[in-house]
Amino acid sequence: MSKAWTWIKEHLVLFIGILALAYMLLPILVIAIFSFNDPSGRYNFEWVGFTTEYWGKPFAIQELTDSLLVSIRLAFFTSIGATILGTLIAIALVRYKFFGRRAANLLIVIPMATPEVVIGASLLSMFLIYGAKLGFGTLLIAHIMFSISFVVIVVRSRLIGFDRRLEEAAQDLGANAFTTFRKVTLPLIAPGVISAGLLSFALSIDDFVISNFNSGSEVTFPLYIFGANQRGIPVQVNVIATMLFAVTVIAMLAVIIQQKRAEKAAAMRPEEAANKPAISIPV
Amino acid sequence: MTSVRRRLVPYGLLAPGLIWLILFFVIPMYFMGELSLKTGSLESGYQLTWAFENYTDSISQYSTQFLRAFYYAGVATFFCLLIGYPLAYAIAFKAGRWKNLMLFAVVAPFFTTYLIRTIAWKTILDDASPVVSFLKTIHLVPQDGRVLATSAAVIAGLTYNFLPFMVLPLFAALERLDRRLLEAGKDLYASTAQTFWRITLPLTMPGIIAGVLLTFIPAAGDYVNATFLGGTNQAMIGNVIQSKYLVVNDYPDAAALSFTLMAIILVALLLYIKFAGSEALMGEDEEAK
Repeated sequence: MSKAWTWIKEHLVLFIGILALAYMLLPILVIAIFSFNDPSGRYNFEWVGFTTEYWGKPFAIQELTDSLLVSIRLAFFTSIGATILGTLIAIALVRYKFFGRRAANLLIVIPMATPEVVIGASLLSMFLIYGAKLGFGTLLIAHIMFSISFVVIVVRSRLIGFDRRLEEAAQDLGANAFTTFRKVTLPLIAPGVISAGLLSFALSIDDFVISNFNSGSEVTFPLYIFGANQRGIPVQVNVIATMLFAVTVIAMLAVIIQQKRAEKAAAMRPEEAANKPAISIPV
Repeated sequence: MTSVRRRLVPYGLLAPGLIWLILFFVIPMYFMGELSLKTGSLESGYQLTWAFENYTDSISQYSTQFLRAFYYAGVATFFCLLIGYPLAYAIAFKAGRWKNLMLFAVVAPFFTTYLIRTIAWKTILDDASPVVSFLKTIHLVPQDGRVLATSAAVIAGLTYNFLPFMVLPLFAALERLDRRLLEAGKDLYASTAQTFWRITLPLTMPGIIAGVLLTFIPAAGDYVNATFLGGTNQAMIGNVIQSKYLVVNDYPDAAALSFTLMAIILVALLLYIKFAGSEALMGEDEEAK
C-alpha cells in the first residue's frame, strides 16, 4: 500500500504534465479529425460522417489557395529579412561591448511584450497619416518588424555557447575577418540561424492580428479564415492546416537531427553540448 | 585607426535591424499618440487639437471592456500558472529521455494557425459536443445551459492559447535551478513540500514573473478569443480597438484606447525590468564575454 502511494506521489507531477500536454494537443487532434468530416450544412462544427473527399481536392477553392500562396510568399520574404537583420543584431550583442547596449536590448524586448493589437494599430496609424497604400508591402514591413526580436533571441542563445578559439585559430592561419566569418562563424551558428528562419516563417504565416490591421485588400491565409468564419469555413481549411502542421513538424525534426549532428561534429565543448536542449526555444 | 573601426563594428551590425525597429515600432507609436489627440472625421480630415477629451471620453465609455480584458487575462494567467508549473516541472525533473519530446509537444500548437486552433475550441465547446454533454452530466454546466458565448469559454480559449508562453520561461527557470540545493534541503530533513515552498518556488520566481508577463500582456490585448468564443457581452478592449479602427473608422478614439492599453502595459513592464533587468526577460543572464 505505502509502496503504491510512493509511486503515485513520485509520478503525480508527470501525470498532471501529460494531462496538460493532452489539453494543449487536443485542438490539433480535433482539427485533423474534422478534416475527414462530411458536414451537412455550411458549418463544420458537428461530426456528421467520415469522408476523404476533401483530402482529394485540398486546393479546389481558388480564394483559399490564393490566400495560402500569399501567406507563403510573405513568410518567405519575412524570414529572409528578419533572419538577416536579427542575426546581425545578435552578433553585435554577444560579441561586442559598446555604449547603448542596454537601450538596444530594451528596443528588442519591448516589441515582444507589446500586445499585437497595439503594434497593428500604431503601424496603421502611421500608414494612414502618410497615406501609404496598404497591401503586401505594408504586411512585409510589419512581419519583419515583429519577427526580428525572436530571431535575435534564438541566434543569441546559439552564439553564447560558441568556442571563440576557433575564430582565433582561423585568424592565426591568415584568414581575414570576412573569410573567418564566412568559413568558420557562419557554418557554426548555421543551425541557430536556420531555426530562427523557420521560427520567423512560422510566426509570419500564423499572424492574424497585425495583418488584420495592415493588409488593405491583400488576403493572407489567416485573414481568409477570419472572413470565411461568417459564411462557414470550408473543410479544406482543416485539410490544409493539418498538412501545414505535418510539414512544420517534419521540418523541425530535420533541423533537430541536423543540429545534433552539427553539435557532435563541431566545436562545442562536450559538456556544453550535453547540456544544450536540442530545440532552441524562444523564451 | 583600427581600434576606432573596431569600436564602430557593433553599431554597423546593429544599425539595419534597429533602424527597422525604430522606423516601424517606435515612430508608429508616436504617430498613434498624435492621432489620439486629433479631432475630425475621415471625410473632412483630422486636425491636431490636443483633444485630451478623446482619452477621458473613450476610457469612461469603454471602462467595462477595459476591466473585462484585465479580468479575463488575469484569470487566464492564473490558470496558465496552475497548469503550466506542474507541466514545466514534469518536463524539467521527471521526463527523463522524453524531455525533448515533451518540449516539442509544448511548442507544437504553434505549428497550426492561431485562428484555426481557436476555432477548434468552438468545435470542442459546441452545444452538441461530447465535452459539453460530459460537463452537463457532472452538473458543471446546467442542463439547458451552454458553454459557447460565455466568459468561461473566452477564458478557456485564452488559457489554452497562451499556455506555451507560461511553460517555456518556467521550464527555463527550473532547468537552471541548481539541483544540489534540493539535495541539500533533503539532507537537512526538509519534506518534499518544504523543499518546494522554500527552495524551488523562490528560486524560480524570475521565471514565474516572466511567464506571467508573457501570458498576461498578449491575453489582455487579445480579441480573437472573444470574437470566436464569446458573445456580445464578452467583448474585450481589443475588440473595441479593432472595430473602431477597422469597422467604424473612428481613428482618434481607437488610438487613444490603444495608447492607454500600451501605457498601462509599459508601466508594468518597466517596473519588472527595473526589478529583474532586461536580460532576464530575454531568457539569458549571460553577458557578452
